[in-house]
This record gives sequence, structure tokens and C-alpha cells, in this order.
Amino acid sequence: MSAQQEQTLNKATSPAKKVDIGRLLLEGRAFFALIAIIVFFSFMSPNYFTVNNFLIMSSHVAIYGLLAMGMLLVILNGGIDLSVGSTLGLSGVFAGFLMQGVNIQALGITLYPSLWVVVVLTCALGAFVGLVNGVLIARFNVPAFVATLGTLYVARGAALLMTNGLTFNKLEGDPSLGNTGFDWLGFNRIANIPISVIIFIVVTLLCGIMLSRTAFGRWLYASGGNEQAADLSGVPIKRVKITVYVLSGICAAIAGLVLSSQLTSAGPTAGTTYELTAIAAVVIGGAALTGGRGNVQGTLLGALVIGYLSDGLVIIGVSSYWQTVFTGSVIVLAVLLNSLQYGKKGK
Amino acid sequence: MTVSMMQASTNGNNQATAKTATNDVVLAARHITKTFGNTQALKAVNFDIYKGQVTTLFGENGAGKSTLMKILSGVISPTSGDILLDGKAIHFNSAAEARAQGISIIHQELSLAPNLNVRDNIFMGREITNSKGVDYAEEERQAKALMEELQESIDPLTPLEELRLGQQQIIEIARAISQKSRILIMDEPTSALSATEVEVLFKVINDLKKRGVSIVYISHHLEEALQITDHAVVLRDGTMTAYAPRKDIDLEWIVRHMVGENFDLGSPPTGYEMGNTALEVDSLVIHDPKGGAFNVVDHLSLKVREGEIVCIYGLMGAGRSEFMECAAGRLKADSGRILLKDEEISSLSIADRIAAGLALVPEDRQKDGLVQTMSVGQNLSLASIGEFTRRFFTSNKAETHLINQSIKDVTVKTDSGDAPIGSLSGGNQQKVVIGKMLATHPNVLLLDEPSRGIDIGAKAEVFRLLAERAKQGLAVVYSTSEVAECLSIAHRIIVMNKGKIAAEFNANVSKEKIMAASGEAIKD
Repeated sequence: MSAQQEQTLNKATSPAKKVDIGRLLLEGRAFFALIAIIVFFSFMSPNYFTVNNFLIMSSHVAIYGLLAMGMLLVILNGGIDLSVGSTLGLSGVFAGFLMQGVNIQALGITLYPSLWVVVVLTCALGAFVGLVNGVLIARFNVPAFVATLGTLYVARGAALLMTNGLTFNKLEGDPSLGNTGFDWLGFNRIANIPISVIIFIVVTLLCGIMLSRTAFGRWLYASGGNEQAADLSGVPIKRVKITVYVLSGICAAIAGLVLSSQLTSAGPTAGTTYELTAIAAVVIGGAALTGGRGNVQGTLLGALVIGYLSDGLVIIGVSSYWQTVFTGSVIVLAVLLNSLQYGKKGK
Repeated sequence: MTVSMMQASTNGNNQATAKTATNDVVLAARHITKTFGNTQALKAVNFDIYKGQVTTLFGENGAGKSTLMKILSGVISPTSGDILLDGKAIHFNSAAEARAQGISIIHQELSLAPNLNVRDNIFMGREITNSKGVDYAEEERQAKALMEELQESIDPLTPLEELRLGQQQIIEIARAISQKSRILIMDEPTSALSATEVEVLFKVINDLKKRGVSIVYISHHLEEALQITDHAVVLRDGTMTAYAPRKDIDLEWIVRHMVGENFDLGSPPTGYEMGNTALEVDSLVIHDPKGGAFNVVDHLSLKVREGEIVCIYGLMGAGRSEFMECAAGRLKADSGRILLKDEEISSLSIADRIAAGLALVPEDRQKDGLVQTMSVGQNLSLASIGEFTRRFFTSNKAETHLINQSIKDVTVKTDSGDAPIGSLSGGNQQKVVIGKMLATHPNVLLLDEPSRGIDIGAKAEVFRLLAERAKQGLAVVYSTSEVAECLSIAHRIIVMNKGKIAAEFNANVSKEKIMAASGEAIKD
């Protein structure tokens, strides 16, 4: 009996031992796609393969990448967060609102919170939006798609209401009030690396460590892979679910701060449809929308693929309409390859 | 093509079957083999269906009954072997193709749309149309006629979700009848029916027989099946073990071939003292979640001592799973107390109960036991992440140690802990689920039908493992619907029927007594 079982086991594992090139290409697809993009555009334009261009492109990637990291956590849980683009916009506007000074009429004073207070409060706002999503989904069993679609509208509406549809332009602060430095996020560099890129790298590292080395990471993979089994194994599945939406909200708030700093203005329509780009980055990175599969490295590559591709198209002067077509094709191709990789195992 | 291929039979007394004329056989399966991944669900099975007669397929859970029926009805294709319809080899690519040839199946799990009404369910996928589109009036008329034939007073316009499960089963049967099938396969059609509904069903079956319809019947209610059947075929672990016409068989014959005499799963462990009460359940009540009149668990009281193995025997729906899920914290009790070493645990979460020493191995290994996206090792360590977490971070070294220890403890046959869980056979997957819960160092281990769908070798290993742990003081509660299992593992056997404890036996009771107490009545 056991001999027979071992035999069948060997039979099943032997194809995996033969590492063929097709399999390697399939599993490392995001990486090879990125290499292909870089090689292609380097040939097409002499300006593409320069340190400065890569840093600029990376600072664009940072915005999508921050959203994508939060989105990855949600997708690993088997959910989706459509509200991140709006949360980004709302956070930017909220930060801008705080920078203009908060006028408390009852006391007849205007408060100018210092920069770190602005950052903390903005992140708290992002966390709050995420909390609303998480509680709706985990406690009240609202489907994630619907709950976050709702907050997408509400957050965008709130941003528009806060500014009356206008844009905050004065974000630089005033030295006499001690609230300067907002442009630091978007413009300064440490060792020639833009702050936004550094923030993105830090967030990515934190997410990576959380996923691979903490109990929470394991809970997340388990409840995304099979919620019932995780539940019966003692995983606090509701707490995990709420936490991923809160983290996604915080990521969106950070992205909002970085973007409004880069643009030196906070508009209520900033980040519209960015949630879709974030989802695309996660999917291109090989994560399964059904949950439980995916990792930080993949999502990072996914974000780079999208960012380097669209910037490359701009550099070689392809019309923005074509860019949309290309980006869309890349997404569809990625999902197609995902189902090639995961689909077979199901049957 | 002759019936001599029934040689798979282990018993000499059914040589008589060779006399049966082959021209009566409408559908025949020859050397059907089916493999799922590493498990062989069917091994060269032969099966004949006779015109206008009922053939019953007997077998324990996981014997391959449902797989065989799915192959005959075109739902899945066999790995090898032939299907002969009226003597000609035929291949079905889908259930629809089989249906076109007059073969219908009523699945164990209902395949109805709860949001549609009775009429639309009956005619789903083959709507009656006229020039103006769907002819609802005609559909309604026919649906009404079907309901009359089945003696059910159900309005064809009732939404399906408003019907009781038994009535939904009737609708499923009505749909199959309305397709004018030549061959009708019924997979456990009575499991949700009341006694009167079963009688009506049997009358319908007899009518169908007179019309020349051939029936394949699968049921766990052996006695019930004996009432209706003309032929019996027994499957065990994917192999056909016996075949005989009705006149040559009795209940004892079926049980003998279903369970098998040759393989002894051993006897309950002895030679040690049992400890104090580990688990005490006091007057536990769980109401029917669907709002029925019965309680799914009805004032159940039970004490299990350290080192004791208690088997809960009962039919599907007897309340075994609900009791266990409630004890583990997944279902809420409506009243009653659950005590673990004299500490009330009713208000604790699942995680807290695991920490307190109570663990559940759930019934459905795929749905509730395993995370398919994770490796063997990650599945094994899932319930005890705290054991290898230092402050914030998990320790790879400690985890690998725990995983390797578990693999050794429960003898999982795997290349390494990194292998995907799906690469293991059913028996080894089950051992992973058990190993996962044992890694939490429980005092009480609940196992809900752990032997479901695993082969007899793996079953024996699971039993040996439980016996070993019981000797070390683990209290084991084990639920099963296979009598032979109770006798080879349990110190004490509790029979559940309709949420209540119907009887309690010690280890040297007879199979018949246990079955009789479960409501699986044996008339003499």
C-alpha cells in the first residue's frame, strides 16, 4: 500500500523536477516583461536608459506602488478595495485643508498644525476610511466590491465638498507659522533618491516583512486561501479582514500626501481611477484575485511594469490614447497567464 | 460483455448471476477506472443496469459510488474503461449528451436554483416554447400534473427557497421524471425525505419500473434500499466486491461485503488507566437554523474522560457535526453548557478554545480543513503559529522543527514540508489536518468523520495514531457513519438520532444493535 502510494507520489512530483523554460518564463513573467520593456525603450530612445530618468519614472511608480501594496494585502485576503483612488484624493485635500490653517470660529483663532501633525492626521483619515470598509465587509457581510464602491463615491464627494470643487494651491506653509516642509515629500532627495521612492521602498519592505515573517502575514495568507479552514484553526479572520482594509487606507493616504506634495497642489479629483491601476499592478504581479496567492516582489514588479511602460511610451512620443490600449493589453495578458499558472491545479 | 465479468465478486454464491440474460442490460460499465490526482476512486469496476428494474449500489462513504454514477451520467469521464448502451460502446462528453440518450441523474446535492419557482426549476434548460416565447401556461400545467403524480400539494409558482428540503428533493425527482428518461440514477434521494415522502417515492419508482424505466438507486439506508431493489452491487474502496439479485441477499450479506471481513482495523487500545473528565457537555441544545420544529442537537449530555475514545455513530443529519462544531465554537449553542476540565468554555472564541485544549478536525477536509494555496508545512503549522513566533516575528527554524516533528508524528507521506498540499493523497491530506490540530497539544480532540474518503490503509494509520495519543491521556470524540469503525476504535459508542442520544454501548456490542439504535432499523 505504502509503496504504491509513494510511487504515485513520485509520479506526481517528477514533472515539477524537470524545470523547463516555459515554466520558468511563466513564473517569472513580470520580471521578464520588465526587462523586455527596459531593453525595448532603451533602444527606442537615448534618454530612457539614464539614472535620472529611472529616478523620475520611479517617483511616478511610487504613487501607484503605494496604492498597490495596500491593494495587495486586500487581494490576498480575497477582497478588493475600489476606494483607494478616492481616499488618495480625499487625503490630499485634507492635508491641503490643514496646511491652509484650521479656523475655529468659536474661539476666534486659526490653527496651523505643524507638518508631522498634518501627516499623522491624514494617515488617520485614510485609516478611518479603511476601517469603515473593513467593518462593513467583515461585520455586516457587505460584499467588498459594493462596500468599497460606496466609499469610492462618498470619499470623492467629501473631497469635493471640502474644497467646493476647487484646488488648494498654497501648500508650502509659512516660516513664521512653523508649518513649512510639505514640498519635502515630493521634491527632496536623499542620496539623490527622491523621498517618494524612499517612502515606497520602506512601505514595500514593511509589507514584505509583515507577510513573510509575522503571524499576521500567515493569518492573511491562510484566511485568503480558505477562510473556513483558517477560522477553525483559530485565525481571527474578522480582525484580519478589517486590518487589511485599514492598512490599504493608510497606504492610500500616504500616496495622497506624496502626490499633492509632488504637484504642490491638492485637488479633489486627484487619483481618479488610480484604484484600477493599483489592481492591475497586483494582478500583473501574479496575485490571484481569489485570494491567498501573491507577494510583495510580484506587486513591485507589476507596478514597475505599468509605470515604466507608460512613461516609456510618453518618452518615445506615442499618443496617450495608444498608451491606454497598451496598458489594457498588458493587464489582460497578465490575467491570462495567471489563469494558466493557477487554473491547471484546480482540476 | 457477458456477465462473467462479475468475477470481482469475493463470494461464490453469486455464480447464479451468470444466468441473467444479457439482452436485459440497457447500460453496462466495463472495467471503469477513474483517478483523481493520486487517488484511485474506481478500479476496473463493472456495473450493469437492467431494463425496468432497480439496481442498488451499496458502499461506504468514499467507496466510489458517486464517482461511478457521475461517469454513467456523463458528468465526468472515466480514466479508462467502456460504457455500453444497448450493447454499443458510447462516450458522453457532458451530462447533456447523456440526457439526450435518456440517462438522468438526481444528485445527492440538489442542483436546483433557489431563486426560481418550482415550474421554472422543473423546466430549467429545456423550456417549452411557442411562437410567443416560453409557454408558461403549458409548463405550469405539466408541473401541476407532475406534482399530482408525486402526491405533493405544491403550487408550481412557489419559489423553491420557500420549500422544505424534502420537498425540494421531490422537485428534483419531478424534474428527472419529466425528462422521460430511460435510465434514472438516484443518488441518496431519501436522505432528506420523511417516511411518508419515502413511501410516495417508492410508489413512483414502481410506476416507473412498469413503464420500463431502469433505476439505479444509492442509499445509506440499507433496509429501505432492500425494499425497493431488484439487484445489489457492492463497492468497497473503488472495487466491486459483490453482486447478486435480490432473492440471494439479505442485510447481513450487504454489510459483510461493504465493510469487508479480511481487513481488521484493530481493537480499542487497552492496558492503561483513564483519567478525570476532560470534556463535559450538559444538556446542549441547538435549534434548527432553518427554523424547523426539530432541534438539530436536542438536550445532549456527554462526559468524556482523559484517555477515552468515544465514537458517535449516526446517520447523516443526526446532529453529530452540529454538536462538534458547537463544541469547537463555530456554531452558537441555544442553551446548555460545555465544560473543558470543569471550566465553562461556551463564551470563548475558536482560538481561545484551541488554546484551552479543545481542537476539532472538521468533516469536510477540502472546505474546512485545508488551505489549498499553502504548502503541506504551512497547513500543519497553521493552528500553532504562536509556538514559533518570538515577539513580532516568526522563526523559520522553530517552524521547520515543528513541521518536521508533525510530519513524523502523523506519518505524512510527502517529499518535504514545502510540497503543495494538493500533491498529497486524500489519506495524507487528512493526516495533515489531524496533525495540524494535534500540534496545538489538545486535551480533547474532536474528529468529525475523519475516515471519509480515505483508503483503508490510511484509516488504520489514523486509528493507530489516535490509540497512541489516547494512551498519553488525550480524550477523543470520533464521529462516524461506519459501524465497523466504532467497534475497532471506541471504548464507548454513542448512537445519535435526530439530535438526541438514542443509545449508548460499550465496546463489545454487535453491529446490528448499533445500526438498529440509529434509526437505520433492521426489521426481523
